[in-house]
Amino acid sequence: MSGHKEIDAVTGAETTGHVWDGDLKELNKPLPRWWLYVLYASIVWSIGYWVLYPTWPLVSTYTHGMLGYSQRIEVARDIAAGKESQAKFVAAIAAKPIADIEKDPDLMEFVLRGGAAQFSNNCAPCHGRGAQGFKGYPNLNDDDWLWGGTVETIERTLRYGVRSGHPDTHDSAMPRFGVDQVLTSAQISDAADFVRSLSGAKADPAAIERGKGIFAEQCAACHGADAKGNQEMGAPNLADAIWLYGGEKSDVVETIRTGRAGIGVMPAWEGKLDPVTIKMLTIYVHSLGGGK
Amino acid sequence: MRATSEEVIALSGGAAVLVAAGCAALGAVYWLAGLDEVIRFHGALFLVASIGAGLYVMSHPRPGGAGEQKGYMDGPVKFATIAAVVWGVVGFLVGVIIAWQLAFPALNFDLPWTNFGRLRPLHTSAVIFAFGGNVLIATSLYVVQRTCRARLAGYWAPWFVVYGYQIFIVLAATGYLLGSTQSKEYAEPEWYVDLWLTAVWVCYLLVFLGTIWKRKEPHIYVANWFYLAFIVTIALLHIVNNLAVPASLLGSKSYSLFAGVQDAMTQWWYGHNAVGFFLTAGFLGIMYYFIPKRVERPVYSYRLSIIHFWSLIFLYIWAGPHHLHYTALPDWAQTLGMTFSIMLWMPSWGGMINGLMTLSGAWDRLRTDPVVRLLVVSVAFYGMSTFEGPLMSIKAVNSLSHYTDWTIGHVHSGALGWVGMVSFGAIYCLVPWLWKRQGLYSLRLVEWHFWIATIGIVLYITSMWVSGIMQGLMWRAYDHLGFLTYSFVETVEAMHWPYIIRATGGTMFLAGSLLMAWNVWKTVRGDAPVDIKDQPRVAAAPELRGAPLASPAE
Repeated sequence: MSGHKEIDAVTGAETTGHVWDGDLKELNKPLPRWWLYVLYASIVWSIGYWVLYPTWPLVSTYTHGMLGYSQRIEVARDIAAGKESQAKFVAAIAAKPIADIEKDPDLMEFVLRGGAAQFSNNCAPCHGRGAQGFKGYPNLNDDDWLWGGTVETIERTLRYGVRSGHPDTHDSAMPRFGVDQVLTSAQISDAADFVRSLSGAKADPAAIERGKGIFAEQCAACHGADAKGNQEMGAPNLADAIWLYGGEKSDVVETIRTGRAGIGVMPAWEGKLDPVTIKMLTIYVHSLGGGK
Repeated sequence: MRATSEEVIALSGGAAVLVAAGCAALGAVYWLAGLDEVIRFHGALFLVASIGAGLYVMSHPRPGGAGEQKGYMDGPVKFATIAAVVWGVVGFLVGVIIAWQLAFPALNFDLPWTNFGRLRPLHTSAVIFAFGGNVLIATSLYVVQRTCRARLAGYWAPWFVVYGYQIFIVLAATGYLLGSTQSKEYAEPEWYVDLWLTAVWVCYLLVFLGTIWKRKEPHIYVANWFYLAFIVTIALLHIVNNLAVPASLLGSKSYSLFAGVQDAMTQWWYGHNAVGFFLTAGFLGIMYYFIPKRVERPVYSYRLSIIHFWSLIFLYIWAGPHHLHYTALPDWAQTLGMTFSIMLWMPSWGGMINGLMTLSGAWDRLRTDPVVRLLVVSVAFYGMSTFEGPLMSIKAVNSLSHYTDWTIGHVHSGALGWVGMVSFGAIYCLVPWLWKRQGLYSLRLVEWHFWIATIGIVLYITSMWVSGIMQGLMWRAYDHLGFLTYSFVETVEAMHWPYIIRATGGTMFLAGSLLMAWNVWKTVRGDAPVDIKDQPRVAAAPELRGAPLASPAE
């Protein structure tokens, strides 16, 4: 049904004369000028960009462009500049013992800032962004330490981890008193009552008394006669109301029953992080509030 | 119309039954001898689907005679239209689920079938290929007949296209849920599903070309250029990106023919042109038919349509490398991807200008006809996202936006705003036209759909801009000593509220689509329209427009 060009009454423009499906027509309007000029401008801009930057593939190479730009060179330069800006701090940290670093305020600013950044990227997923810990993952802000809170012991834990598989790793396993039927359920309940009573929890005095005996027999060897723990063995202090796996009666019973053995694993960071970073993390964690 | 000869009728029926029988046999082989659960399940599914198709062909013999080839063939169009509505609701629903999962990860339910990693490709494929694909198939088969004044080529072939395409969708979707994927974004289905889609797609191309071949109009209408470009290019992209070697012909797993950066480049050549030719060119075809039809005005500029068509086709195919800025991809390829994306800006906008300016002299329709509003707002979103795209392809911008939610927001301003809204507009036009109704069941429901969806899209896009730009800035923030200011965990925490707002926007978009499904259902069923007086003349099927309007039930 093509044929006659006509003038569209509304716009005054001519149609192309083609008609489809009864009423589909097209106006023969020119290209909008602004549209055409912006199209030209984008083409000119692109050609300019091609002249300046690497663009067209050739047989075995490509046009490199007048600026000699290369992303690889640029990123290498940025990394070098970043390293350069930190070089004097890094060298000082590597050379000085931790005690000396802690006396140098400029260096400490760098260490604490860098330690915080490394902590959030590497440690926060388990210990929390504020190092507050979660059930099974120790709080690092308090002064209750499983494996010691001096800079030396913290650094050792960082380097080799806990049950990490590294030959020098910390390792400990509490017996599974319930699972292995060392103690009966009633005995476990009594022991839990006693342990909880050390930090003020109320229970039947008779049960506490029975628990005390069980504790002396079964637990004191690792946790100490005063239940204050033994950091050599990673045995937690049980008298300070700080609980790794929760302090409700049911939590403590579960801990005694299963030993929670092998649950807590911390990776060995030696080899994953460089020695300076581990040193910065040590000082950072030590500074959090509970450092000895 | 000359009657089809007895021989051709027998041949076509026989061929259709043979294809169904062959497919059933293939399905049986995989069901019984497949090496893994997924392919055995798919074999069984394919067997059932093929037997169903064969029985249908045998129980519906071709009538023959002069009447058989009279008029337009709208059965497959209706089928694909309904499929589009159904898959649309499903695809949006899965999107809403994963949006809430991102805000509240517990909603993964710790089940393999419902975790984000499997539902995400289910969402993208459902909305792009199942919803979008069916809209494209339905509208293209409708439009090509009308603008060529020719019945669809083939008798069973168009049915094979629409039915086979649904089988592809079901194979792909169930594969994702069962964990079968070749790990290429938007091309996750495994090799045998890809082969099946190739067969369906080639048949689609032949039906479309055959109809154009039979046309009784001297010129090919602009919508058909876009549809044809879409069909041809998607065939090319699909085949090349999915070149793979199956680990076994009886197993579902395959390995890509490409490796390393070549694999990445092939994938994004495919991925970007899926956007360019599936989601842009195809839907421009929809725009070029449904906007002038609905507003009863001529297309604004024939010359603009020619220039923007060819420049779009020529430039789009180069733009893929902008997905791989600052990666192992060589500098020169990145430059080409970026500059061709910039040059693509005006060719994309040519479509917007032509769409919007077609309303010259009919702007009042925006106020009176919510279907026109859907179509026009879709073009506005198209303009916005085709400006944002070139902007984001600039390396300096991309270094901030890449890998952030900004990309997600950009995709959805195009997908919800452009593709979604233009599809809704086309479906609201098509349903009364196809089922020969006086109008939609309710135009007021379209009004509601429009507003709910638009507000949902705005919530979606703005929250993703905020979230994406914040994310990018947090990632790159350094302090004066050269340390990262934020950890990754902190950036994830910061996105919680934008995620909730995004999911709310998505939920609204889903709600709008449910209104549409209800409205379409009532219209198809033939319920009397509740607001026929408010509906424009073009809302009625072409055959009914001359007749006096039925008075509404009062």
